[in-house]
Amino acid sequence: MFNIPKKDAITFVLFAIVVLTMPIWLTPFGASYPALLQKFAIYALLAVGYNLLFGLTGYLSFGHAAFLGVGSYAAVWSFKLLSMNPVLALSFAILFSGIFALAIGYISLRRSGIYFSILTLAFAQMSYKLAYSVLSPITHGETGLQLTLQDPRAIDLMFIERGSSLPTSNLFGISMSGYSGFYFTAIILLIGFFIAQKITSSPFGMMLKGIKSNENRMNYTGFNTKPYMLTVFVISGIYAGVAGGLLSITDPLAGAERMQWTASGELVLMTILGGVGTLIGPVIGAWLIKYFENIFSAWNESVLHGFFAFLPDGFEDIVVTISSKFVGEGWHLTLGLMFVLVVVFLPGGIMEGARRIGTMFKNNKDKKTKQSSDSEKGEG
Amino acid sequence: MSNIKNGVNRRKVLKGATAGIITAGVAPTIFTKGAWAQEFRNDPKGGDVILGFNVPQTGPYSDEGADELRAYTLAVKHLNGEGDGGMLNTMQPSNLKGNGILGQKVTYVTGDTQTKSDAARDSARRMIERDGALIITGGSSSGVAVAVQALCQEMGTIFMAGLTHSDDTTGKDKKRYGFRHFFNTYMTGAALAPVLKDEYGSDRVAYHLTSDYNWGYTQQRAIKDATEAIGWRTEKTVLTPVGQGDFSQYITPFLNSGADVLILNHYGKDMVNSLTQSIQFGLKDRQVNGKNVEIVVPLFSRLMAQGAGDNIKGILGSANWNWSLQDEGSKAFVKSFGAEYGFPPSMAAHTCYVQTLLYADACERAGTLYPPEVIKALEGHKFDGMGNGATEYRAEDHQCFKDVLVVRGNANPTSQFDLLEVVQEVPRAQVEYDASIFGGELGPYEVS
Amino acid sequence: MDALILQVLNGLDKGGAYALIALGLTLVFGTLGVVNFAHGALFMLGAFCAVTFKKIITLEQIVLSKTELSPWGTPLEIRTPYAQQWFGDFGNVLIEYSVPFSLLLAIPVMLFIGIAMERGIIKHFYKRPHAEQILVTFGLAIVLQEIVKAFFGANPNPQPIPQIFMGAADLGVMVGMAENVITYPKWRLVYLFFSLGVIAAVFAFLRFTTFGLVVRAGMSDRETVSMLGINIDKRFTIMFGIAAVVAGLAGVMYTPILPPDYTLGMDFLVLSFIVVVVGGMGSLPGAVLAGFMLGVVQSLASMTEVKDIIPGIDQIIIYLIAVIILLVRPRGLLGKRGVMEN
Repeated sequence: MFNIPKKDAITFVLFAIVVLTMPIWLTPFGASYPALLQKFAIYALLAVGYNLLFGLTGYLSFGHAAFLGVGSYAAVWSFKLLSMNPVLALSFAILFSGIFALAIGYISLRRSGIYFSILTLAFAQMSYKLAYSVLSPITHGETGLQLTLQDPRAIDLMFIERGSSLPTSNLFGISMSGYSGFYFTAIILLIGFFIAQKITSSPFGMMLKGIKSNENRMNYTGFNTKPYMLTVFVISGIYAGVAGGLLSITDPLAGAERMQWTASGELVLMTILGGVGTLIGPVIGAWLIKYFENIFSAWNESVLHGFFAFLPDGFEDIVVTISSKFVGEGWHLTLGLMFVLVVVFLPGGIMEGARRIGTMFKNNKDKKTKQSSDSEKGEG
Repeated sequence: MSNIKNGVNRRKVLKGATAGIITAGVAPTIFTKGAWAQEFRNDPKGGDVILGFNVPQTGPYSDEGADELRAYTLAVKHLNGEGDGGMLNTMQPSNLKGNGILGQKVTYVTGDTQTKSDAARDSARRMIERDGALIITGGSSSGVAVAVQALCQEMGTIFMAGLTHSDDTTGKDKKRYGFRHFFNTYMTGAALAPVLKDEYGSDRVAYHLTSDYNWGYTQQRAIKDATEAIGWRTEKTVLTPVGQGDFSQYITPFLNSGADVLILNHYGKDMVNSLTQSIQFGLKDRQVNGKNVEIVVPLFSRLMAQGAGDNIKGILGSANWNWSLQDEGSKAFVKSFGAEYGFPPSMAAHTCYVQTLLYADACERAGTLYPPEVIKALEGHKFDGMGNGATEYRAEDHQCFKDVLVVRGNANPTSQFDLLEVVQEVPRAQVEYDASIFGGELGPYEVS
Repeated sequence: MDALILQVLNGLDKGGAYALIALGLTLVFGTLGVVNFAHGALFMLGAFCAVTFKKIITLEQIVLSKTELSPWGTPLEIRTPYAQQWFGDFGNVLIEYSVPFSLLLAIPVMLFIGIAMERGIIKHFYKRPHAEQILVTFGLAIVLQEIVKAFFGANPNPQPIPQIFMGAADLGVMVGMAENVITYPKWRLVYLFFSLGVIAAVFAFLRFTTFGLVVRAGMSDRETVSMLGINIDKRFTIMFGIAAVVAGLAGVMYTPILPPDYTLGMDFLVLSFIVVVVGGMGSLPGAVLAGFMLGVVQSLASMTEVKDIIPGIDQIIIYLIAVIILLVRPRGLLGKRGVMEN
């Protein structure tokens, strides 16, 4: 079960090192604080799971936000009714998002192409609209589902007294907020990454790639692709559910906007920005977008004045005025521009960019050693 | 401005060091608080006092957010003794000297709530965990206020709410660390109903269109109770999806329902659209039961009302504050805001400005930045000269009690900002209620 | 009964808007094979043509008063619209009729934007996967709406209705019913007829002109048409421009009903895709049919009588219909086999 190809093993170890040392290497970028670190780990997991469906089979789902939401609600309800234990909460998140994904997948997978996308979009929007309004008794709608002092917490209260303040989620005493919460999410991410690696390199993964390249042909050969599609859809949905559960574990509030179609759209953007079909790409995409959302949006004019303080006075004002259109309240504009540029020039996302740079270096090296001609450069 | 940068850098270094320690396997004791008295999260220890302004910068409420931010920067200026001092000169009692808070300079960091509870909590956590913000303040919706307030309770960081109108904020979801200066739907109902009776009589049949989410539910309940108490009958209440855009299919059933007052429990874009479209259906030219059909918009925001253009003329509603008020505090604030930006402030800006000053004043009175002491200084605090007459921060639910404005869309505005005229300043006694009616629990002073 | 008639009217009116937006979308998809997520943004840009036009004609000369002060302490601004100064009463007419007049502005502007978009970005994406088309147009939509926000702010911008179209018309009286039973806003009736007119014009253009013939031929078999030596690319560029104009006109005329703000495009995006898919990707009659059908169904589902039985049905009815249609009729109402399935 644990024997994986050597190349995959190296990738995994490197990835693990990168993830676990995030608190250190993100410090110079101003992103090393628990809330964002946790979000990095959680959204990376979400993107990895999404890529299992989209990257392997090419099925573009706009419905994963719904699974994220279901996972969050399941986890918070588990806190409220039973216990603050994160493992228990995750189990419920997996269970409910799995069932939900099975139901939606069973119906949506009857169609393919954009019809599949629209079906998943319709289901996600229905979930969001209902969660925001008529299901308010279960979801608390706009304000979001929260813990209260009066929650039953049946299991916990058998062992400890009800305190005067709200409990935090903890794994046998280790708090799930702050840095320890980050390490918990990071470990779940690594487990998720490992499983994704296994799936990709397994015969099952090959089968899925076959579906991507030509589903019809596979059907003609008498091969029923449906059960495989449904399986990967549910697995991918569970990844989203786990991510949702982790969001609730590190910050116990589940809001309905998590289920909105734009949340699914963001997930698609993450995956494509980083590089569809690669394992690392979606992770990078997720990190970039979360970084933008949390850091770029905070650069107000006074911060900019600090940056450009070295410029001459009048010039500084001009630079600040122009650049303030792109950060702070204008961070959406930068995001949009980035997508357009990446998609136009780097269709394979950031991973393709990295590969291109890689080949360029390699070619240069080759040139130096072999004095080979320019025609070998190949890529255009 | 370089102060901000330096502050951040110092903390960054600290954080980096801690992170190193943690990865080496040592428990993160630096971040657990409450172990020692007077030891609290983000204690500036003599450095700058950093305030965290969490306002919508993207999305439909971003203009309101921008106005809040203007008010905050103005408040910071005044606290630091720059500018003309604004309400520092009119506030009664005031312990502010224009030398920052407790002699420490005030600076700020900003974040984007996106009017989503997740995003709002994310940016609040960034300001608390990374930027060292001592308080979080701002926001333009009740969902965000309730979500951020709950976070601040866990973090032991004081939250001074911005624009939030739902009863829940200081009712069922109230928190020890959360404070609201803005009024709520109960007060709107209590203030509006007597005016409605005077203007439209006590024999009326109301028809509610209500935004299908928490704020809408509480607003509808408040208006329904208050109008039924003055003898009105409620024909029907209809929930409408948020962000509906076209409300025609909800307006036509009103036409032949036999009701003669349409109450739009909508805010922001929903209000702009439903009001505009109702007017287009000719409601104001109609007569039902021998009376003119009337439209009521319980919560009016001057900033958002601009979007409805001429359609707001003659429409009654309520507001927390309006720049045309003539008391000393309002005049001082409008003057310094106008001098700075060239136009008058919105009620969202007013509430945010006041909240900042109230926090600073409470710190001075407590003589410390230690949150539990500051909270105690705010609880039950009585003050005046800040635009709404004599005001009290009630200790039981951290809700401000003050006069409430009943306003009407101005028929002959003298400028593009002169959209609302104040019909009546409803005295505080009329809108007061027992804190226990909404339930909820404040929680502890000390959080661990 | 009267309630039902009114709801059907509402539905047709909504349907007109849905059909107009979906028409442009499906035109682009049918001719160019491009999934254009920026189509909602084109609708929004159209609406902002009206806003811009009104802004221009209501430009005011601002004179700072020397003596008087505004209530907030700055010198009082005395504002007089230039249009009034220069044209006198005609200036006021111009302001009152700014929405119909801005149609004239919207046509060239939207045509230009459409063609620029197609030549600048879209044409590089004909051969790329649909996912990439979605991403690039989605990114474009974000950029466009953020630019609009930078200029016009986030608040809705109200637009005037000309005096003669203000208020409601009593339709009931016209067909011999009692007074005040069936009344409907005049501008909404204008919008309904306007949308029918534009739809008819697009269909006539495609059916009765040589240009339309070639485009229709190109829609069904692109390679053969280009082999005949016809420059199909150029025509497709123009088609994209026309789709942009249709979306833009729909946007202009909608502004009095829905004061536009910069998120208008995103609000309509999902809906327009649902309409197109329900109608059948690439089918023009399908898009129109689906637009009107969804409009009417949505109106009927919002009636309290229906909501009492199924709470919240009005929130999800559009999506529910989409799911049911797609399960019963795999390619939408009038869709052709093999379109967009991979």
